Amino acid sequence: MIAWMKHKSQAQLSCGLSNMALAMMACISLSGCITLAAPDKPIVIELNINIQQEVVYRLDGDAKNLIEENEDIF
Amino acid sequence: MLIKNISGAKLARKFLLPLAVTAMIAAPVAVSAQGLTYKSAKSAGVIGEKPDGYLEVVSSGNAEARKLVNSVNIKRKAKYTELAAQKGVTVQDIAFTTGCNLIAQTSPGEKYLAPNGQWKTRDGSPPQRDARCP
Repeated sequence: MIAWMKHKSQAQLSCGLSNMALAMMACISLSGCITLAAPDKPIVIELNINIQQEVVYRLDGDAKNLIEENEDIF
Repeated sequence: MLIKNISGAKLARKFLLPLAVTAMIAAPVAVSAQGLTYKSAKSAGVIGEKPDGYLEVVSSGNAEARKLVNSVNIKRKAKYTELAAQKGVTVQDIAFTTGCNLIAQTSPGEKYLAPNGQWKTRDGSPPQRDARCP
């Protein structure tokens, strides 16, 4: 009887542990969602600037060529 | 026909010569009024480069400088539009990037618009440009 009870409590304990693990996983996945949402903010700020520095750097060579090829207007 | 030609030549001698003389006398005046070219206006500081890739008349400019600026800006916009379509970016992107380069390439004495909205005269030091300029 005692052995059975012991067995049962162990089973409950392990069940509790797996529940905790599930809850922790849920927590991790939840917090994962939150960190994914965070980069939205800087993107909004960049949109307000209109022209992004990355685009300016990429187009720099083309702009230099444009100036060279059209000396009468640049 | 022949008579007509002779009289034409006589007419030319009679009227065109004084006209030519008048034109020669008037020529220097015409140069100062009509001869404002893009290059001369730029080096004189009458017109200046803006960070957006277009020209603007600096405060001391006149109607002629305004006309010149408009005409060059229209041509610039056409080129920007063409390149923007080629690269799949906005006209503003191309114009701004070109503006960065045009201000960087100004020679001492030429005017450019600083990010704070003030006209500056280019000197030996690097020009004040937008933080996004390469």
